[in-house]
Amino acid sequence: MTTAPTTPRAGVPLVPAAPVVDAPAPADTVTLTVDGLEITVPKGTLVIRAAEQLGIAIPRFCDHPLLAPVGACRQCMVEVWAPGRDGNLAKMPKPQPSCAIECTNGMQVRTQHTSDEADTAQRAVMELILANHPLDCPICDKGGECPLQNQAVSNGRSDSRLLGGKRDYEKPVNVSAQILLDRERCVLCQRCTRFCEQVAGDKFVDLQMRGARQQIGGFDTRLLDFAGQAPVASADATGGEFASYFSGNTVQICPVGALTSASYRFRSRPFDLVSTPSVAEHDAMGSAIRIDHRRGKVLRRLAGDDQQVNTEWLTDKDRFAFRWQDAEDRITTPMVRRDGQLVAVSWLEALETAAEGLRKAMGSGGVGVLPGGRLTLEDAYAYSKFARVVLGTNDIDHRARVVSDEETAFLANQVAGSPMDVTFTDLVAAPHVVLVGFEPEDEGGIFFLRLREKVRAGSMTVTQVAAAASPGARRLSATLVPAAPGTEAELLDGAVAGADNPALALLAERAAADGAVIVVGERLAGSPGALSAAVRLARRSGALLAWVPRRAGERGAVEAGTLPNLLPGGRPAGEGEAWDEMAEVWGATNAPQRAGRPVNEILVAAWGSELGGLLVGGVDPGDLPDPAAVRNALDEVGFLVSLEVRHSQVTARADVVLPVAPPAEKPGTFVNWEGRPRPFAQALVSTQASDHRVLDRLATAMGCRLGLATLTAVHDELDRLGGWRGAKVAAPDVPAPTPPTVAAGHAVLASWRLLLDAGRGQDGEDFLARTARSTTAWVSAATAAALGDPEEVKVSTERGCVTVPVEVVDMADHVVWLPTNARDCQVYENLVAVAGDVVEIAGSDEEVQV
Amino acid sequence: MTEQSPAPPTPDQMPGYASQIPQRNILAALFAPVAGFGVSLSNMFKPMVTEQYPREPANVKPRFHGRHQLNRYPDGLEKCIGCELCAWACPADAIYVEAGDNTPDAQYSPGERYGMVYQVNYLRCILCGMCTEACPTRALTMTNDFELAGPTRAGLIWEKQDLLVGLSSGMLAPPHPMVAGTKDTEYYRGEVTEATDAQRDWVRENRPDDPSLDGTRAGLAKAAPVGATRAAQQKITAGARREGGAR
Repeated sequence: MTTAPTTPRAGVPLVPAAPVVDAPAPADTVTLTVDGLEITVPKGTLVIRAAEQLGIAIPRFCDHPLLAPVGACRQCMVEVWAPGRDGNLAKMPKPQPSCAIECTNGMQVRTQHTSDEADTAQRAVMELILANHPLDCPICDKGGECPLQNQAVSNGRSDSRLLGGKRDYEKPVNVSAQILLDRERCVLCQRCTRFCEQVAGDKFVDLQMRGARQQIGGFDTRLLDFAGQAPVASADATGGEFASYFSGNTVQICPVGALTSASYRFRSRPFDLVSTPSVAEHDAMGSAIRIDHRRGKVLRRLAGDDQQVNTEWLTDKDRFAFRWQDAEDRITTPMVRRDGQLVAVSWLEALETAAEGLRKAMGSGGVGVLPGGRLTLEDAYAYSKFARVVLGTNDIDHRARVVSDEETAFLANQVAGSPMDVTFTDLVAAPHVVLVGFEPEDEGGIFFLRLREKVRAGSMTVTQVAAAASPGARRLSATLVPAAPGTEAELLDGAVAGADNPALALLAERAAADGAVIVVGERLAGSPGALSAAVRLARRSGALLAWVPRRAGERGAVEAGTLPNLLPGGRPAGEGEAWDEMAEVWGATNAPQRAGRPVNEILVAAWGSELGGLLVGGVDPGDLPDPAAVRNALDEVGFLVSLEVRHSQVTARADVVLPVAPPAEKPGTFVNWEGRPRPFAQALVSTQASDHRVLDRLATAMGCRLGLATLTAVHDELDRLGGWRGAKVAAPDVPAPTPPTVAAGHAVLASWRLLLDAGRGQDGEDFLARTARSTTAWVSAATAAALGDPEEVKVSTERGCVTVPVEVVDMADHVVWLPTNARDCQVYENLVAVAGDVVEIAGSDEEVQV
Repeated sequence: MTEQSPAPPTPDQMPGYASQIPQRNILAALFAPVAGFGVSLSNMFKPMVTEQYPREPANVKPRFHGRHQLNRYPDGLEKCIGCELCAWACPADAIYVEAGDNTPDAQYSPGERYGMVYQVNYLRCILCGMCTEACPTRALTMTNDFELAGPTRAGLIWEKQDLLVGLSSGMLAPPHPMVAGTKDTEYYRGEVTEATDAQRDWVRENRPDDPSLDGTRAGLAKAAPVGATRAAQQKITAGARREGGAR
């Protein structure tokens, strides 16, 4: 470990800690007393919150700080005295629900602690609630962490006066494959229905029937006598009515055990669990989570509470998809290929073999490094340093997706070295948000919720430059600027005040508003000129520009310099002042001589034996546009080292496999899309090490000292390094290309990854997989009409075809949208096409008719 | 120092001293040397109280807290619902439970949930009985069996199969469906008294070779065999009896 001073070089840390945001001072306050204690709160504060601030607990079920008050459960009754019209203090005639009335000046609130009336009312409400609540606490998942259980003890009777039977329902009802509903446990607090309506907007449960039979239900007419109009939503993979990406939140906020998840049902009791706060690894949002584990096994994950990032919500993918980390195919020992077979060997032997192979490969063309986009900042930094110091190359690229030179320049110019330039705080304060090449619900679930909160409050409008109006865009009331993939640049460049196209004129006007944010997604790399056009639009209009990747490690990797043109901290690669700074900290002498190559060129070079070897982290060939070609390259390359958690298509071809720890088994820091460091602790005891530790040992075996064996060592070095204040790589300025002509029977392919798909991170979670959206192709009405309004379409290229049901949506003409990686429609594997390619399209029942 | 200090006085030299021991009468003084044999002689004519353990099993009081037993309902379904309250109540952290889902194809206990894994670690258990008090279904009770000693640590971790009581007459080996028309409430109330024909038909259809179908003692014993750990413990105990000279 190093003992050098930790003064950042350029005065700023590489990834500075997020600033603490203070709540703004309230404009208007009121003063009241609760149980005789005086308190001053901002105007509009609910009585129950004022009591909370004083440390007075009022029992409640329906109240939730992030949902609008409803006063449904009536448990929080208090006695209220308030000045009347004549100014005299008068008691309200009946007890009042403290979760639904706002504090006023001079109000005197008496809770159950000082008022017999409030206490009697609360006990009576509790008795009414318990009249129909089953005594099945021993088998209820909520037992032990149940607000009803706790409050029945603190504010209820100790005996029951109920003689008759209790309400009995068939149980449980499958609201979706994952969400189970036990109606007899429900206290009708409506937290779930309000969440669906106010937060997620994809209503999958609602109150049904009236009076004593009132109950929560899905919209399945076979189970309930539901005769109303079911809201329009997308079908899930089981053919059920609803596919929601946020349904797990209803389970977490249910104050009783009425909503439970199939994956956790009966798995454990709260008192078995050890909780570790952590950060979700499935998207670039950096959502705070709580990992609950028992005897070294993760049993569930809950949303953590971070008001700056994910508030209190979490996507279903981040909540439920954790079994990949301890799947059957976990790699437990280092392995070396002997006679074509991988055999388990000692670490010493594996490292020696890897070191020898890499040394040889360096002599025969060099080694390319593909770390993958799911790494922590520390691991990405270790790859970056390993490539430059040990392998002496700039051939490093963490991007396992469609890339372009334009994007490489964009990342170096606009993203790297500027953490926290645009944050969630800027985002929710923006009057207008323009989304280009980014689908907030699928590619950043929490991003969608943060936007929707403001759209619903009426303080934000959203414009989406996309091929189609997705279900998420519809719920954001987004203005769609239909753009066939590849034409984004043209449209963004056309967005000038007074443009002929009213949609573009409106876009220009909105982008020019004070505080507007332009959000570009990683997919835009596949659209020539689009990122340049976004930069041009941002410069023209003064809007903030944010790049939102999909994977958890992408932003951290950009900061750590795992790109061919970047060194850590946004320093441009190559000789010069930036390298001198690096060389001082790294103790390295020579800068890598050749310019680095991006992932596609690295793979081509590996295939052509131009490169002697590859060092690959968490990369799945299926993530790259031509998986077969990637597999070929991995087969052909002289020497392949794989650092992996689980067996994969890469380890199957690797010469040396070194096991590394998944996020639950290591500490580290994800950097989310904002550039906000999201440090997390190790949840489980592990026999595996982080990538940075393995790379450190590999470097030692190769005769180099990397000095990154511990997290502290990495942090010390990152702090010494600091950020870069010199000149950045030049911004890309690629002109908008001429769009391709689309012949009859052809269409431009549009595609993005759905939140729930065939990704390996969701392996082992069948319940979750069945809540994924059912696969459909989207076309516009005109495109469908040209095909003869078929039920299914066949989309084909020279390399293959897929046939999927078709759905007509509001979108650009001559474009067909397919999910990139759905279980039954894998664009890269089946079609070997990327968004923007022209594909053949035909109604699949055409041939039958002929 | 030239002068020696005087020796302390004996009690009878002390002025005003009188012995408190009463003087024996003449007869008692005469028999005093052989009086000690009286206890021995009188016991020769009383019944013997020495326990011949381990040659013979020990007699313990009926409410002695011995090892645990997992009980069954009269139709053979298990009473344990896997709620883990026993594990929660345990002051020694000796109990480990994992619950499982009852499905229509594999119903082990009434209701939705059953104890899939049940372990008692007798290296930790202090036989206090808090677990049996916590059990909401009276699934867990304690027996009088206290012979829990052996040469291995593993042999003292008893699994569900070791703790589960055998099948008695009228029972049917689970899994099988609940009695038609009942819910777990009827089971708790004791309204289920034996396995029904419908349940037997179900087992016959799904497990035609199930030995508990014939209802004989041998069949029932074969359908719910003693667990390996318990069998090993029984062997050890039997060995100790032989060594103690069991007849």
